[in-house]
Amino acid sequence: MTSLPAFPSGRRLGLVIDLDICVGCHACAVHCKEWNTGGHPAPLTDRDAYGPDPVGVWLNRIHTFEADEGEDVRTIHFPKSCLHCENADCVTVCPTGASYKREQDGIVLVNEDWCIGCKLCSWACPYGAREFDETEGVMKKCTLCIDRIYNENMQEVDRLPSCVVTCPAGARHFGDLGDPRSAVSQLVAARGGFDLMPELGYKPTNKYLPPRPRKTRARDIGAPRRLVPAGNAERLLAKWMDRIFTR
Amino acid sequence: MHPAYSVIFFTTTSGAGLGLLTLLGFLSAAGALPAHFGFGIAAFAIALGLLTFGLLSSTFHLGHPERAWRALTQWRSSWLAREGVFAVLVYPAVALFAFGWLAVGSNYGPWAVVGLLVAGLSMLTVVCTAMIYASLKTIHQWHNIWTPPAYITLSVMSGGVWLNALVEVFGLSNPYIAGWVAASIAGAWIARLFYWRFVDDTEAISTPETATGLRVYGKVRAVEGPHTVDSYLNREMGYTAARRHAARLRRVVHLAAFAVPLLLTMASVLWSNSWLAIATSLIVAPVASLGLLVERWLFFAEAKHTVNLYYGAEAA
Repeated sequence: MTSLPAFPSGRRLGLVIDLDICVGCHACAVHCKEWNTGGHPAPLTDRDAYGPDPVGVWLNRIHTFEADEGEDVRTIHFPKSCLHCENADCVTVCPTGASYKREQDGIVLVNEDWCIGCKLCSWACPYGAREFDETEGVMKKCTLCIDRIYNENMQEVDRLPSCVVTCPAGARHFGDLGDPRSAVSQLVAARGGFDLMPELGYKPTNKYLPPRPRKTRARDIGAPRRLVPAGNAERLLAKWMDRIFTR
Repeated sequence: MHPAYSVIFFTTTSGAGLGLLTLLGFLSAAGALPAHFGFGIAAFAIALGLLTFGLLSSTFHLGHPERAWRALTQWRSSWLAREGVFAVLVYPAVALFAFGWLAVGSNYGPWAVVGLLVAGLSMLTVVCTAMIYASLKTIHQWHNIWTPPAYITLSVMSGGVWLNALVEVFGLSNPYIAGWVAASIAGAWIARLFYWRFVDDTEAISTPETATGLRVYGKVRAVEGPHTVDSYLNREMGYTAARRHAARLRRVVHLAAFAVPLLLTMASVLWSNSWLAIATSLIVAPVASLGLLVERWLFFAEAKHTVNLYYGAEAA
């Protein structure tokens, strides 16, 4: 059924992405591709993978933005995958029933045996979360690693989405955003987490945490208030090192 | 949005077929069309041919055309499924209408009710087609009140120019039919003008700042994409016609789809039932159809999807 769940359980599994911490290393995207090309939506095919014009399915992509100009410019790395929206238009536009939103946890999935590959769901997604698999002729999307988070053959510590377990900076968090007492909900509340394109009314489950205010005063980062000029000994040492390394 | 040829051909040809069926049903009920056997054969063949060609071509862009029947199941939520259901329902209604017209020799009285049913189902199919686009909140140029009126009037108009050619060829023309066809062209032109005014004068509410939520830090611009080459998203959603190019094509549409067909259809009333009227109506139909193909190409090429805001677009 491509209608949204009439009686959602209240559980809303999703991700919280910390834009203050993300370093833009793309490890989450790589692990996502690696896991999912053998997981639930397998395979994630590529074409001309080693040629001049490669194209392939990725369920997680990392953008880099700059905000403001001049001295105040900020670089923000911005990972983006399916946001498992509450009002998921990608589900309701599906003519076949292949797209669905799970009642028990709000995860949005594609039944690849029913998908006709009309691509309308990818048009209905404002975030570009769905990608068409040209080779298989069906739509692919983030499953929130449904084959990991409920996988009883894995150790409990690994029952997290690939992107979350692999992030070396700890910029990604996974949990139940429908429960206000959950760790992720409290993190969102504490840091002022926000929705992407709230004006469209999709009510995404995934939340983004804003970069923290920039520290502009020396004492905020533990630096001395004034720099002391180098003494003679240091200057001689520097001169000598300079001579060695410029040779 | 990428203007896929299969979708352009589907929406224009099935639109013309459904428009022709609508006018056949409507004008029969109005008593303006005699149940002429040869004309009936030709009209039904052309209308069903256009509709069927369109529906088949719409399956060419599917990844799994063999599963297309599944697209009829989710009519409760999906405009695409509703369109499929109504398009399928058109066929038995037309079969009954054609039976009355060709076998019984009547398109009036009780058969006119069937004709009106054909017209109603045809228009509902076109409304569903329009709503597929108009319901997408992601595309400002489609998600507005001008998309459905434009689709409906363009469908009736494109069927109308072919109907006019047919009635002239079979010597059945009357000013009433030509008048309705001219009115449908004028209506479509007006609907398109309002649509283009909306597209030119308004902008999507989403911006790079709302897409990233980073407005508090200042103006947002994309400096690096996720990949060094284009992905499915860029190829499917990233296509935009150059502004100068689009302006030139709009002039083609004004001329070929609206101005020439309107003038010549009105003129053909003056010299009706002459070889000149046959010639002009036979020129108008293909010229208008070509103009509408360009119009439909522009409908896609001028549509800007919000996903482009993540890839460097400053507005959607």
